[in-house]
Formats: sequence, C-alpha cells, structure tokens
Amino acid sequence: MSKAKKILLTPIVNKNPIACQIMGICSALAVTTKLTTACVMAVTVTLVVACAGAAVSLIRNHVPDSIRIIVQMTIISSLVIVADQLIKAFSYGLSKQLSVYVGLIITNCIVLGRSEGFAMHNRVWDSFVDGIGNGLGYGLILLTVAFWRELLGSGRLFGRQVLPLVRDGGWYQPNGLMLLAPSAFFLIGLSIWALRTWKPELAEKE
Amino acid sequence: MAVCSVRKTFGVAFLLCIVCALLVSSAAVLLRPRQEMNRTLDLKKNILLAGGLLKDAKAGRQEIEEAFDNVEAVVVDLESGDMVAGLEPAAFDPRRPVVDPALRHLIPTALDKAKIKVRSRYGVIYLVKENGETRQIILPVQGKGLWSTLYGFIALAKDTKTVKGITFYQHGETPGLGGEVDRPEWQAQWQGKIVFDPEWLPNIRLVKGGKDADPEVAAHQVDAISGATITSRGVENMLLYWLGQDGFGPFLAQMRRQGGKQ
Repeated sequence: MSKAKKILLTPIVNKNPIACQIMGICSALAVTTKLTTACVMAVTVTLVVACAGAAVSLIRNHVPDSIRIIVQMTIISSLVIVADQLIKAFSYGLSKQLSVYVGLIITNCIVLGRSEGFAMHNRVWDSFVDGIGNGLGYGLILLTVAFWRELLGSGRLFGRQVLPLVRDGGWYQPNGLMLLAPSAFFLIGLSIWALRTWKPELAEKE
Repeated sequence: MAVCSVRKTFGVAFLLCIVCALLVSSAAVLLRPRQEMNRTLDLKKNILLAGGLLKDAKAGRQEIEEAFDNVEAVVVDLESGDMVAGLEPAAFDPRRPVVDPALRHLIPTALDKAKIKVRSRYGVIYLVKENGETRQIILPVQGKGLWSTLYGFIALAKDTKTVKGITFYQHGETPGLGGEVDRPEWQAQWQGKIVFDPEWLPNIRLVKGGKDADPEVAAHQVDAISGATITSRGVENMLLYWLGQDGFGPFLAQMRRQGGKQ
C-alpha cells in the first residue's frame, strides 16, 4: 500500500477516531437523529479537518512551540466560521437544523487532535489526506448511528417514510428513546464492540 | 516545531491574526446579502404556508415572491391595537432581542404564559388581501417549548377566531418528538379550529388521548404531539398569550369592530 493510501485508509477502520480513539463523541450524539444532518456534518468536519491539517502543516516549521495550540485553534476556528457562513448562504434549511453544532466543530477534539498529533510533524499533502481519512472515519460512524436512530426512532430514512407508523395507520411503533441522546451512546458502544470483535487487536491490553 | 525568540513569536501570532481576520471578515461580508435573502425568503415562505397560500414547502423563490404580493405587512401597537403607519415592518423581527427601552414591554409574570419575559411594544402582522378586502390575518407567535423558543405564525380567518393554518419557522425541539410541530399532517388538523370562546377569551387546547365527543368542545381542541408533552403545552400557552389581552387581543377586537361596520 502506498503511503498516502495508508494514511487515508487506516483512520477509517483501524484507527477510527470515534470507535478507537473515542474522540468527537459529543457531536456524534447531537446531529445523528437524522441522516441528512449527519451527512452534512460529516462532510463539513472532513473538509475542516483536511484544510486545518494542510494549513497547520504548511506553517509547522514557523510555529513557535510556546503558542502552537492557540495557533492551531485560530486556524481551525477561522475555517469553521467560514464553513458556517457558507452553509447559511447556500443551504439555509440545513443551517437551521444544524444550528449551533456547526460552530461546535471548533471544539470537536478530532480536529485539534489531528493537527497537533499529525499535521505538526508531517508534510502538507500527507496532513490533508490524513484529515480526509479521519473525516471519513468519523462520518462512517455518524452515518451508521444516524441510520439506526432515524429508522427506529421515526421510521424514516433521509426524511422519507420507510416503516409506516401506527399513528398513520401502519404497523410500526416508533421508539422515542432512539431520538434522545442516550441511544447514540448505546449505538456507538455497540459499534465499538462490533469493531473490536472483528479486529481483536484494537482492544486495549489488560 | 521550534523554540523561538519573543520577537518571532509575536510576529507569527500577529501575521496569523491578520490572515485569519481577513478570511473570516471577507466571508461574512461577501455572503451577508445571500444570507439575508435566505432569511427573508424563509420568513415569507412560512407566512404563506400558515395562510395555506403555497401548495408545498419546496416552492421556489419566484413562486414565493408572487404569492407574497397579496400579503401586506402592518405594524401594530399591541397595547391599543391600532395600526401604526410610518414604521418599517422589517425592523421588528421577533427573533431579534428588543434593545431600545422605549420599545420594550415587560410582560407581567402572571400573564407571561409564553415565558418570554419581554416583547416589543409593536408587532408585525400580515393581512392577506384579495381585491382590496382582507381575507386572513396572520399573527406571529413565540414562546418556550422544552429546549428552545418556538417562533411561528398562526393564520386566522376574517372572523378572527377560525384557524386557517399554523407553522413554526424556528425552534430547537428534539427532532422526531417536539420537532414534529413541523409535520404538515399535524399542522393540517389546526384548520377550522376555533380559538376564542363566545366571550372572546382565548380558548384553544392541545389534548392527549383524543378529542371530546361534543363537537362544540372539540372545535377548541387539537391533538397534542405524542412524546412531547412540554412542547405541546408550550404551543398551547403561547397561543393563549398572543391571542389574549397582553398579546394581539386588542388588535383583533378592533378588527372585529371594523369588520362589523363594513
């Protein structure tokens, strides 16, 4: 496997930021009641992690050690604000649903984690690819969780009715718990379990 | 990573700030017109949806603008119920906090059913006209639900008591539970409901477990949203407030008097 490909693919399964490194949980709870919002969030985070990684890597040799975290935070916050403004200008309906969570990408530990842990020591292109990989890994879990929450919680997928609900004369009684934050914890826990059963080497040594 | 002199540290910090500030402020300035347009268009769309003047929620910009030609925005002094000329309706967005003390009205706690504490002395209502004659009155409403303040519109027929429709254009309720206030099927059952009792006191209830058998009573009842007791109660309370004496009550009374004369 070439180096770039390896950087891109490892974070999707083997070093998945949510399932293996347990980062970015808070937003995974907040935006996963619907697949549409989860999709937009995944794409936005991917772009932000990649661009932030590239930008941090570009100036990594000039960043004084003493202020490196705040430098990274400034870059990340600027990118997130720009992304938020773009969503508000071009997709108003979605921006209403995502509301504050776009702004909260700033505090998503995946972004800072990748720029401090990877981009500060690697070349621009590698850092960009690493960002894409981590964004996709995050997105994968987000979409999995959102798939089950939307399906079981409201019988819909991407807003379209899949399971006919009892209140509309169908047979499916929606599970309200799926729409509340705790269910995302259960689903993330279950996916971590599934992943570690599939790849036992991911589990921590006792 | 390098250990740097104080001078370089300051230099890097300064340059970075300049670059980021330029990036953020140019994005904000360049995109603002588009964002403002989206905001007003969304508001117009919801006003039209409340009045049942748009066929579906996916209407395009042109369709919305055309349908909005029949709608007139009017500023109303809530206390007296008079229409006020010479004030710009766009200046009274319910989502913006009322800063000017001259325009603030502190809602007495006993009356504050909508739990919003403060409102503007003026409100913007929308009259739907057909051949110069008022057909519908669309009122803005707002109030606390479970997590958030809900902002919406209720459209009343000319008799000021029959509901034509209701929409919510901004809220942060749980999607799938309280967020179901957005569902067209739920909103549809509001049509034809009566919001005032014969003494013109606001009377509209969101009920659990089916409406009353008596059609007179059921006309004042709407099915609450399952799994969202507090949001449903919020909707009920905000309507009771905004239709009441401290809300649009005086204005609606005036509309009735004028309607009688014509």
